[in-house]
Amino acid sequence: MTTSGAGLHFKATKTLHTAAGSQLLDMEFQLKKGSLLALYGPSGAGKTTILRILAGLTDPDTGYIRMNDEPWLDTGHHKHFSTRSRATTHLPTQSRSIGFVFQDFALFPQMTVRQQLQFALPKDADRHIVDDLLEMMELQELQHRKPALLSGGQQQRTALARAIARRPSLLLLDEPLSALDDEMRFKLQDFIGKAHRTYGLTTILVSHYLPEIFRLSDDVIVLENGRIQKQGPAPQVFLEEKISSKFRTTGEIVDIQPADIVYIVCILSGNNIVKVVATSTEIAGLRVGQKVMIASKAFNPIILPLG
Amino acid sequence: MIDWQPLWLSLRLATLTTAILLLLGIPLAWWLAERRRQWKALAEAVISLPMVLPPSVLGFYLLLAFSPSSALGRLLDHWLNIRLVFTFPGLVIASVIYSLPFMVNPLLAGFRSLPADLSEASRTLGKSDWTTLIHVLLPCLRAPLVSGAVLSFAHTIGEFGVVMMIGGSIPGVTRVASVAIYDEVQSTHYPEANHYALVLLALSFSILLLVYLINYRHNKSPL
Repeated sequence: MTTSGAGLHFKATKTLHTAAGSQLLDMEFQLKKGSLLALYGPSGAGKTTILRILAGLTDPDTGYIRMNDEPWLDTGHHKHFSTRSRATTHLPTQSRSIGFVFQDFALFPQMTVRQQLQFALPKDADRHIVDDLLEMMELQELQHRKPALLSGGQQQRTALARAIARRPSLLLLDEPLSALDDEMRFKLQDFIGKAHRTYGLTTILVSHYLPEIFRLSDDVIVLENGRIQKQGPAPQVFLEEKISSKFRTTGEIVDIQPADIVYIVCILSGNNIVKVVATSTEIAGLRVGQKVMIASKAFNPIILPLG
Repeated sequence: MIDWQPLWLSLRLATLTTAILLLLGIPLAWWLAERRRQWKALAEAVISLPMVLPPSVLGFYLLLAFSPSSALGRLLDHWLNIRLVFTFPGLVIASVIYSLPFMVNPLLAGFRSLPADLSEASRTLGKSDWTTLIHVLLPCLRAPLVSGAVLSFAHTIGEFGVVMMIGGSIPGVTRVASVAIYDEVQSTHYPEANHYALVLLALSFSILLLVYLINYRHNKSPL
């Protein structure tokens, strides 16, 4: 099994022990250099484990990782021959060109924002990137603060800036926006997108938030029970094929208000609030907070539940 | 006039022991905390043994081990020309073993209280384990470091049984303050004994007060 060319080739199996019993994670995917992949799926599906295997923080049972023609992991391919085959290649975490943003950020409590970024620099690195990143993430004002005095969004930006400071080839984001409110999410999605393009990163984003996936990702992998269920661009993966429509977008219901005999459904789509008229029958399956698709078939837009 | 030599010797012994324990205790506690393994419970039990063992028992076995008639003592004597029985270096080694849990246990609790992703984050930034320890983990462990150092120091000042067994009471060499008190009482020199006792009492109290003050302040301020 060899692949050439820039990008990531990932293949791994691992038995996961979850609350629901053990299940096998078994998946393979390739990712073009410079693209952004979203991993989507229910919790316990193995999304975080995939990131940890990529980072070398968790060992798979068998696996193969090649990033930009550099082998990171190769346990040998005889997975039926021996369950504990010895690693022929196992690059330690420190030697992999990665940036990892942890779910709870893992900022160093005793370092200021600026010190976190400086710490992340390799010895011979261009130190200007610290100021560039502080500016890009709008952290200049806060650069001498320690994490305890930062808000969730500020901590997230610091963690993102710190992960990028060493100019990694592969950026791994483990549900980095899950702890934030919606307004903050949109802003931070911008930061992630901007950083991804500016620094030519190949990025993997674990997320279970559809608007984010639609907005940021080139491709999505839907994981279920440790296996790839669907793969492709977000609209293709999440929207049912049977709807042929001219216009469609996704969003989250933020409000449902009765108005005379119909209902006004407010849907947050990207940064915009879209108001859609719906009948009492149509809103029956809808509730505030639900992720939906808005599609326009003939004249009236219709709302369809997602996920 | 009070003879300051035993007190001076006690201070010297405690300072040296604490310095060695810092160098030894930090990597040891880190190693014990890093990955949980069943057999590490054994190592922890051995390290904590001096906390429950009568000091005379520890001193007795160290005396046997260090004595030139034992295999270890003979080895040290023959190859390195080191005598550990009734010498100051012997006292230092015994004190290090005796006070080891007072250094390792607070540090171990400290390391275990840190979230695992701190060191993982440091590794994903390309930093070696050593850099991670010095720049990421230890700065978060100021309170346990101070507690460990101060308690080891105070515990070494206060030791008696181990010193008595392995050091005896050679003035200027192994006659530390606690042993001096015992000697003075043996010779019914109560006022002299009281001098040493008062100094030790004041010293021990100030040290503990310092620890509690530091912990008190630390707990009130955010990291």
